[in-house]
Parts: sequence; structure tokens; C-alpha cells
Amino acid sequence: MLRLPAFEFQPARSVDEAVTLLGEHGDDALPVAGGTDLYANMKLGLFAPRVVVGLRSITALRSIRFDPQHGLRIGALCSLDAIVREPAVAEHYPALAQAAAMVGTPEIRNMGTIGGNLCLETRCNYFNQSAEWRKAMGYCLKRDGNLCRVALHSDTCKAINASDTAPVMHAYDARLSLVGPRGERTVNIREFYQNDGAHANVKRADEILTEIALPLPARGTRSSYRKLRLRKAFDFPLLGVAVAVATDAGGSCTQARIVLNAVGSAPLEVEAAGAILLGTHLGEEIAADAAEEVFKAGKPLENANASLLYRKRMLRVIAQRTLEDVIAPLR
Amino acid sequence: MSIAPSKILATLRVNGRDATLAFHPHATLLEVLREELRLTGTKHGCELGQCGACTVIVDGTPVLSCLTLAAEAIGRSVETVEGLAVDGTLHPVQRAFLELGAAQCGYCTPGFLNAAVHLLEKNLEPSEAEIRDALAGHLCRCTGYTKIVEAVALAGRRMRASIDG
Amino acid sequence: MGKNGASHSGSHVVGAPLPRIDGYAKVTGAAIFADDMALPRMLFGKLLRSPHAHARILSIDYARALRIPGVVAIAIGSDLPIRYGILPSAQDETVFAIDKVRYVGEPVAGIVAEDELTAQTAAALVDIRYEVLPSVMSIDAALLDVDGNGEKIHPDSRRDNNVHKEVHLTFGDLDAGFADATRIFDDEYFFEGNTHAALEEHSAVASCGADGKLTLWSSTQTPHYLHRVASAVLELPASRIRIIAPPVGGGFGGKTEPVAHELAAAYFSRKTGRPVKFTLSREEVFYTHRGRHPVRIHLRTGIRADGSISACRVQTWLDGGAYGSYGVATTYYTGALLPVTYKMGAYAFDGCRVYTNKPPCGPKRGHGTTQPRYAFESQLDEIAKELGLDAGAYRAAIAIDPYSRTVNHLRVTSCGLREALSAVSERTGFSDKHGKLAPGRGIGLAASAYLCGAGLPIYWNPMPHSGAIVKVDRGGGVTIFCGTSDCGQGSQNMLAVIVAEALGVDVLDVSVCSGDTDLTPVDLGSYSSRVTFMAGNAARSAALDVRERIAVVAGAELGIAPERCAFENGRVFDRKNPDRALSFIDAARATEARFGTLAGVGSYTPPADLHGDFKGSGVGPSPAYSYSACVAEVEVDFETGEVRVERIVLAHDCGRALNPRIVEGQIEGSAYMGMGEALMEESAFRNDLHRIPNLLDYKTPTILDTPRIDAIVIETKELEGPYGAKEAGEGPLNPVIPAIANAVADAIGRRIYATPITPERVLQALDGTAGPLRLRAPIAMKTT
Ligand SMILES: Cc1cc2nc3c(=O)[nH]c(=O)nc-3n(C[C@H](O)[C@H](O)[C@H](O)COP(=O)(O)OP(=O)(O)OC[C@H]3O[C@@H](n4cnc5c(N)ncnc54)[C@H](O)[C@@H]3O)c2cc1C
Ligand code: FES
Ligand code: FES
Repeated sequence: MLRLPAFEFQPARSVDEAVTLLGEHGDDALPVAGGTDLYANMKLGLFAPRVVVGLRSITALRSIRFDPQHGLRIGALCSLDAIVREPAVAEHYPALAQAAAMVGTPEIRNMGTIGGNLCLETRCNYFNQSAEWRKAMGYCLKRDGNLCRVALHSDTCKAINASDTAPVMHAYDARLSLVGPRGERTVNIREFYQNDGAHANVKRADEILTEIALPLPARGTRSSYRKLRLRKAFDFPLLGVAVAVATDAGGSCTQARIVLNAVGSAPLEVEAAGAILLGTHLGEEIAADAAEEVFKAGKPLENANASLLYRKRMLRVIAQRTLEDVIAPLR
Repeated sequence: MSIAPSKILATLRVNGRDATLAFHPHATLLEVLREELRLTGTKHGCELGQCGACTVIVDGTPVLSCLTLAAEAIGRSVETVEGLAVDGTLHPVQRAFLELGAAQCGYCTPGFLNAAVHLLEKNLEPSEAEIRDALAGHLCRCTGYTKIVEAVALAGRRMRASIDG
Repeated sequence: MGKNGASHSGSHVVGAPLPRIDGYAKVTGAAIFADDMALPRMLFGKLLRSPHAHARILSIDYARALRIPGVVAIAIGSDLPIRYGILPSAQDETVFAIDKVRYVGEPVAGIVAEDELTAQTAAALVDIRYEVLPSVMSIDAALLDVDGNGEKIHPDSRRDNNVHKEVHLTFGDLDAGFADATRIFDDEYFFEGNTHAALEEHSAVASCGADGKLTLWSSTQTPHYLHRVASAVLELPASRIRIIAPPVGGGFGGKTEPVAHELAAAYFSRKTGRPVKFTLSREEVFYTHRGRHPVRIHLRTGIRADGSISACRVQTWLDGGAYGSYGVATTYYTGALLPVTYKMGAYAFDGCRVYTNKPPCGPKRGHGTTQPRYAFESQLDEIAKELGLDAGAYRAAIAIDPYSRTVNHLRVTSCGLREALSAVSERTGFSDKHGKLAPGRGIGLAASAYLCGAGLPIYWNPMPHSGAIVKVDRGGGVTIFCGTSDCGQGSQNMLAVIVAEALGVDVLDVSVCSGDTDLTPVDLGSYSSRVTFMAGNAARSAALDVRERIAVVAGAELGIAPERCAFENGRVFDRKNPDRALSFIDAARATEARFGTLAGVGSYTPPADLHGDFKGSGVGPSPAYSYSACVAEVEVDFETGEVRVERIVLAHDCGRALNPRIVEGQIEGSAYMGMGEALMEESAFRNDLHRIPNLLDYKTPTILDTPRIDAIVIETKELEGPYGAKEAGEGPLNPVIPAIANAVADAIGRRIYATPITPERVLQALDGTAGPLRLRAPIAMKTT
């Protein structure tokens, strides 16, 4: 039976307590929410914190509040299942409900939190393996080694951001609240992620993610999320496409965001694709043009469970279909 | 092991009974159930969240015991397959699994039962699609899932009938 | 009343869809699997495994690991130097590698400690120096000349390069057969390797008493073979070893041969005097493997103007992985069973198994017959299309006849192939749909045959293949003792049903004691779909032994001849006047009073005339064959290449269905497992490593990927089977894979010549970038 390495467990009852504990132990400590990502990684020997700070008893971070003026505020400890079941999410942010419902399995959605999903460790075929396997293959840049095995000449790690909700949050222009010993700061999700698989976000070790705020979508916004996977449950995305478009009364597109995930270490907004849609009446042809931009922009590598050629080719198909999801109701 | 932090002495509420015992802070609920409380009905097929065999109910929700710390179950109610039958009477889901042959090797069965009982607690008339969605986190290598789906539907029908009747 | 002359009025248990007798324990979590055991002072073991695919071991130093507090003992290859292997011809493994490692994941040392984490920590401190050798990772590479700086994987093997086994057999006049053909079809296919992935990870617990007697509990399908091998490797008389097979959490062939952790547990328990448990992690299960061989198949088939097969030649190349395992048998199986389904004028088979530096391949459900069956049924589809014939009707026309001999001399008895073919065609409206559905939708059909156990044992001996004891208690309870192992297929229940039927008692009054070498007569194990046929027959004759004695006593009490006694519903009565009766309990007591302890023995040995008289004729013969036919309906997404299986209808001739519900369960599970192999499961490697040794990346279908499965039970009466039964555990898997492949071909109008049929392969086929595999025959195989 695979077991966790030994550590001290320190449950925190409040954000302050969590931040204090993290501050005290510095690099020796990691926060845990649902544990579905962290504990699996620890069992594989990828992390060995001396102290694990439990966040799940911080009940204050478990609420979802919708307000027609300001939008949605989701506590970082909300389970993905709670998000799927929240009527305001289904009504105003349907792509978020879709994405959350596609994560892993029902049990993983019961346990996994939105905060954990957004802070999900980046993934790679060479990284998510046991200590013995990695030793046999040779260690990699992300952990214990000095070479990226996916892109041998790369000086940054190419592990994938495989969070289903991250691209959707990006499409909805989310702001994340981070609280550390020096107080709270808010970062836009665009600034939160960085395209380096070994340092995939700007959250400091002693900070925790407390809340995600989504502005009220502009009137007439439509959104959708699709993911490519080999099985209909369990599987992480081989590719994910989130789309949010807004149209004015005349049906002309006033806002368009197309965000990919699982093709890099950070979600990737394809601005060129959005630009094509702006000002148009969102027909099928224009969607094909936008999908073509997505195809050009996405650059998968050989580090997931399908070949890079296949994932590359699917960029166009999945983008086209996701765009059609938001266009179809208009017709 | 010498570097292991000292054990926690705590009370866990499992299948409605309190048990006071000592375990390591890094022990999973799976390990404590099986190895300390000797409730070996809860199985494991991966220990990484990839198979569903270890599913138990914590505070009314199915969770993976292989990725849950026992320390985090303190103060919450834990239910395992051993708690399903009451005074020797099988839960309707157990009875349907037994009658239809939905358990072959039986190794995945405790996990499926917990997920199925949870589904029927919320919805006594699930459609086939709803049953499959609710059980999507469980791998079975023996049955092809056919009789499992049928058994859950049958149990739902019987539970409805016993409420109506 | 003679044993075989037992006549029955209505059967009361056979054929009833009763709950299985071990079901209660399984739905309550009460069943104790090997890893559920805990013994006082038990130690935990961990195997240290090779990080290299091919390397010489230069030195091993474990002094540092031994000093870790909590570590109790460490062992390496030289501590257990005796070689073993499941087949007498392949005694090529040791518990821990000696001198050389041959695949990543091969055990090199074992460590036992007070707890698992300590054993694991210590494993990392064992210092092993290797000299890395070039690795051989494909069939082609294995067939290349081993040049100056290379080294054979098994330097002492007799064959060239890395060839493990070559087989050449010809039946009839092949040249004349091909000359007789009006059309010759020549195709090459590749079947990718895959694994069992039974949900239970292998586990073994050993305990050695102060008397030196060793008990080993293991999740094994073959307690008897483990008994033999443990005795040889531990150099301990078999009489001092007791093997117990607890309920096994799925096998599918993955637990059919003794492997390192079981023997290590036994060794360490003797060495330390304490109980020892080894449970493998999921990743280690992938390394232990013994799964489906990757096989490259070349098929050349000659067809006469009327569609009949004038000649067929099949050539197979098997990627065996690093050790022999069952591989010699697997090699023969890739040729043995094709003629059991269809008539052929002449038949030739050439097989070649190679060693590679991968985890050893072995038997998986359908053992060696699955891969060529996929190829053959794919080619038959193309043949039917060329001839303009309905795929189902064509197969029925060339189907083998009941009570006949195949071209390779195998004896066929009952055969429900035509019934199975028409059942699946009718249920799906196959003929109205095939070739006529909208683009992207397809329907496919295929058929197959399988064994009911091998006619010959693995190691030569004249003893029975299965034995049973039936004992009757004074309270009327009946206990069966039989060496079977239940891995979920339902052998416990099968034994209970047969004995309950024979004695006319309630199944719930029957207990089964199985898989315990101290208590139960030998049964060779749960493989080759042999248990119902062989252990079933043994149990039946043991029960009839008892029954015969009871009939003598009861007959006397009732004043009738013993032959007139009927046994039903817990009563023994006069067949001609059912009101004249004794209760079974009274009859049993009277019998015990008269004859002493009431127990009977029975055994089963297959008939001797099942096969021809040539080398290799021992693989393939079986006392009977089961037959299956499958129709699959699919929808293919032309843009993503995804295949969605909408429906599988699978009919299986199992002889008499002793418990139809269990037969259905086997059919449904086969449909599911075949679908996984057809579409997604593959043993994939990157460099020298298994690329995906976990259940997230190795894709087994989830409940959302699995369609509704219609199981159709076809019953034939098999005269030699227990109450007419044959098998259902493996046979139904075989037609599923080609049925899906044929359905995909129907949907996209192109054939894909390899498994699994991944979305990428579908797109390549649609693009036309992957035509038929036109592979050069890698070696000039000797012609026969
Ligand atoms: C079999 C399997 C399948 C999966 N499939 C998917 C999938 O399809 N899509 C997908 O997106 N994910 C998937 N996951 C990953 C994971 O389960 C989910 O992403 C989940 O939402 C993670 O949340 P958590 O609360 O369990 O995270 P945890 O494991 O608790 O934490 C994850 C990481 O985030 C950090 N963290 C968590 N919360 C905070 C916080 N509030 N502040 C600061 N840091 C924090 C932790 O330190 C850790 O590094 C899968 C996991 C498994 C085991
Ligand atoms: S053991 Fe927990 S999910 Fe497999
Ligand atoms: S019954 Fe064996 S794994 Fe489900």
C-alpha cells in the first residue's frame, strides 16, 4: 500500500492561523485543502513537507455569495461539487459549472476544492510518477533534476496546467485574493499564473488563496467549456477550451475571450481569436476563423496521454465546438 | 520509524460508534480503518484516488479514504460498508447486489455500495444516466457494470415501494 | 446405480438464477482477502526493483539499509538461487535477480521491517552497482542479430538472437489448398499488449510456526502450482507447506503463476520466525504483469469460389517480455484454436516468441487465442465483403460442425456457434444495418471458440486434473473440499450448485472449502477456463459417490431398489411414488450408521483421445469448446476520431448454464474487458520504462464509457460436462474485439490493422496515412 511520508498535521481554524503556521515553518510547510492533489503527489515522493497545514476547518472560506451588483464571490474552500450545485453559478457562470462537473470523479469533486483546483500542481508524464520510476527514467527539471525531459533544451519546466476551472476563471476575468503574513492582495487571474511549470503561479509559500471574485458578466454573455479526454471520468484534460462572449442588443460581439488549458504551464488566452470575433455577428464561418487562430496559438508538447500531433489537431476541433456552443443559441 | 512524529490520541466516530485510538498524523483514514480498527471491508486498488475502491462516507458525503487523513476525520461521522446492514438485515442496495450478482470478485463492491447508497438517499428514482454519473468514480474489472446499474435501480424501486407501502 | 448412470427427474438448483453463496460476504465487506489479514507480530515486506531494463549486477551492499531501526532482514538473489518458472521448459526466474536484471521493475532485493514505510525507506538505501547493457524493446529489435557488443537477454538460451520459442505446424496439403483457392487474402495485423489490472493488488502473507511448518496465504489463481514452486525454491518438502487461496479480488490470468513477492514472504517468514506480508503497489502490479502479449500476425487465407476456406496460414510473432512465463503455451495458442471455429481445407501455423526487456507477458483471459482471433475475424469480414455475403450468414456457412474433428485433429463435441451467430444477428437486426448505416455509424460481427480447460496438465503426470471430497454432516450439512481458487468467476458457487443438485439439498446447506493444500484435493487452478468442467465433474462424482451409498440405505428403508431413489428438496423418495420418502438428514444418518463416516471422493481426468500425435499437439485440445458470437454498434466522430460503443450484444454457448445469472455476469464482464482492449488499453513504453504504470494513465473503461451490454446465454448439452456445462469465464471476450474493429471499419469505410483503436489511429485511417500494415516479415521463418 502506498503511504504518505511522515509529517506533522496542523489544522488551522482561521485564515490568520493558517498564515501564521505557514509563516512559522517557511519552506517546510504546505497548505492542504481537499488533499486530492497534494496527498497523491506526496505518496509519489514529489513533496515531503515537514508540516502540512490543514485549511478545511476554515469554514469562513466555504461560502458562495452572488450579488447582482458585483457578481460572485467563492470561498477557496468550496468543494467543486458545491459549485456545480449552486444555482447562481449555473445561471450566470455556466461554463464554471460545466468545468467543475468535469473534474475527475464525483468523490474527487466532493473532496476537491476550488482553491486547490486553481493551485493545482502542474502535471507531466515525467513528473507524476513514483520516486522509483523517476529515478529509473532520470529526474527532471521540476523535481530533483536539471533537465526538462519533454523539451531537452528548455531552461524552464514544461509541465502542464491541467486545472479544468482555471481557463474558465480566466475567461470570466476572475480576481484572486491572497492572504499572507503581510496582509491581503488581489491579483487578476492573468497575473496569477506564469508559464513556468516549476513555478506556475505567483502565490508565495506563506500565502493562501482565500477567495475568487468573478465580476458580473456583461449582459448577453454566453460561455462554455469543453475538454478533451480519453475516458468520460477520472481523466484530466488533454486540452481544455473556455469561451465567453458578449453581444449587444443588435447581436454584435462586444467581448470575446477564448482561453486554453493543458497546452502550457499556464492557461493561454488566444487574443487573436477573440479579436476576430469582436464586432461580428458570430456566425459559423467566423467561428472557424477564430478556431484557426486557436490552432495556431496552442503548442502542446509530448507530455500527456495523447500525442502532441493529436492534441494540436484537436485544438481546432474543440475550439470550433466550444464556439458553436455559444453561437448556437444566438441563431 | 524513528523520524515519525508522535501519534495522535483521538476519538473517531465510525458506523455510529466512538473509538478512541492512537494513530500517526500522516496516517490516512484508509490505513486507520483497515489496520487499526480492522474494518477491512474498505478496499484499496491504487491509493492515489484513481479507482474508487476505498470510498467511505464522511459526514454524509462519499470521499476517498486513501486521500483523507484520519486526523481530518476527527469529530466527523465516518460510515463504512460494515455499517450498511442493520442488525443483520442487508441494506436494500446490498440485497440487490447480492440477488443480481452485481458483486463478482467483490473487491470494488464496498466502494460502489457507498456511492449507490448516497445516490439513493437523495434520489430514489434515478435514471440510468444518473446512476452511471453517480458511480463514475469507481472502476470495476469484473462486471462490465451492467448488473451494478441494474442493482441500484432495483434497490431504488424497492425502497420507493417500502416508503409508499 | 452407476456413477455415470445417475438419472435425474427435474433439476432444482441447476439452471436457477440464485444469488451466489459467497455473495453475502462480498456485499457486507466480510470477505477476507489476502491483504485484509493481520497476524500478531507481522512484518511488512518491500521489494527493491531494478531501475534498468538490461544490466549486469556488479555489486549489492545493503549494510546501511540493515542498520535502519525497524529493519529486520534483507535478502538478495544469492539467498534464493533456485530457478523456477510455471512451465517445466522455462525455469528461468529467481525470486531476486542474480547477475543480471532484464526489465525495469524486476525484483533485486527484499526487505522486511516493522512497518511498510520503514521497509520502503530502507530500500532506498540499498546500494547496487550495475553495468548497463543495451536494451531490446521490440519484436524487431529482438530478432536482429545480437552483434559484438550486444548480449542476449538470456545468454544461455539455445536459439539465435533473442528468440525464445519457434513453432511450425502444418495440417493437410497447404500448397494444394492455396492452389485450390480462387482468391487469396493476405494481411498483417498488430495486437498491442495490455494487462489484467484486477482491482485487487497482489498480496501474500506467510507464517512459519515453531514446528517449521509454513502457511502461505496468497491472492493466487493457482494454489497448487504455488505449492510446488514454493517447495522447490525454499527447499522445503511440500508436506511442510500449506498454501491457502483466500477470495481473490480479480485475476483474469494475472495471478496464475508463482511470483517473487509470494516466495519472498515465505522465505522471510521462515528466516525471521514471524508472519510477513507483502502487498504490491499498483505500479508493482504493472511490473509483475504476465499480461497479454503484443502479437504481430500475418494471415494468408485461400478461399474457394463457394466461399469455403481451402487453406489458411497464420504466422505470429509474440513479444514475450523478459521471461518465459506461460509463453511457450501462449505461442502454441496463437495457432491452435482458429480451426476450432471454422472448417478449413489445410492449415499451417508458424509462431515465434521473442524475449524483450519488458515485464514478462503471460496469460490474460483468452490466453494467446485473442490476438489471432482479432486478426482472423477482421480478415473474414473483408472476405465476406469481397464475396458480397452477409458477415453472419457467411460465418454460419463455414462454421465447424458439432461432433467433428478440426483440420488440426482437435475433437469437437457440442457446438452452439450457429445458434450464437443467429442470436446476435437477430437481436440487432445486423443484416439490415451492416453496410447501410449513415457515415460514422457502424455495426460489426465476429465469432470465436474457446477451451474448457487444457487436455494436458502443465507438468506431465498421469494424475487427475481435479479432485473433490464431499462430506455429509449428521445435521444434513454438506461440505465440498476442492483445491479451486475463486477469483470472482463463481467457482465456489458452481461447486455448491453441482453438489446440491446431485444430493437434492438446498444450496445454502452446502459449504465450500477451497484452495487449501492441507485440506483440499488438488485442482490445477483457475486458468484455461477449466474449473467448471474439471472441478465440476470431480465434485459431481464425489457427490454421486455419497449419493450411491445413501441410495442403498434409503432404498432398503423404503423397500425399493437403490436406482429408484430420487433426491430432491431435502428428501430421498421413491421416484414412482414420491410420497414414500425419507428426509435427507435421516437418510444420511442411516447411511452413516450402516457404512461409517459419510464422505465421497471424485476426480476428473480429461479423455486421452482429444488431440493428434505430433509435437505441440498438447496445446489446444480440450474436452469441449465453448462458442461465442458478438455484434457491436459504434458511432465514430470523424473530427476527433473518438469511437463510442453504443451497444454490445454477446451470445455465448456455455453448455448448460448452471447459474444463468453468473454466466451473464461473465459475458458482460468479457464484453467490457474486450471493449477496453479494443479501444484504449495498452502496455505502453517510453525509453525502457512502462510509460503509464497507474490506473489514471492506463485506461480501463469507466462506467460512463461502457455501453449497455446484452448477454445472451446459448445452451447446448455437453455430454461430458457436469450437468452439461462448459465454460463462460474467458471465451466470450474473444469475439468482442474484432466485432468492435469490424464495426469501426463499417462506420468509417476503412480498416484499422492494429489495436487499440485509439482516436489517433481512427484519424490516421480517415486521412489515409495508415494503410494496411505492410511490414516486412522480420525473419525468414523456416517454412514447414
Ligand atoms: C484521479 C484524479 C483525477 C483528477 N482529475 C482532475 C480533472 O479532471 N481536472 C482537474 O482540474 N483536476 C483533477 N484532479 C486534481 C484535483 O483533484 C482537483 O484539481 C481538485 O480540485 C484539487 O483540489 P484539492 O482541494 O483537493 O487540492 P489539494 O490537494 O488540497 O491542493 C492542491 C494544491 O493547492 C494548494 N492549495 C490548496 N488550497 C489552497 C489554498 N486555499 N491556498 C493556497 N494553496 C492551496 C496545495 O498546497 C496543493 O499544492 C484529479 C485528481 C485525481 C486524483
Ligand atoms: S484506493 Fe483510493 S481511489 Fe484507489
Ligand atoms: S466485482 Fe471485481 S472489480 Fe468489481
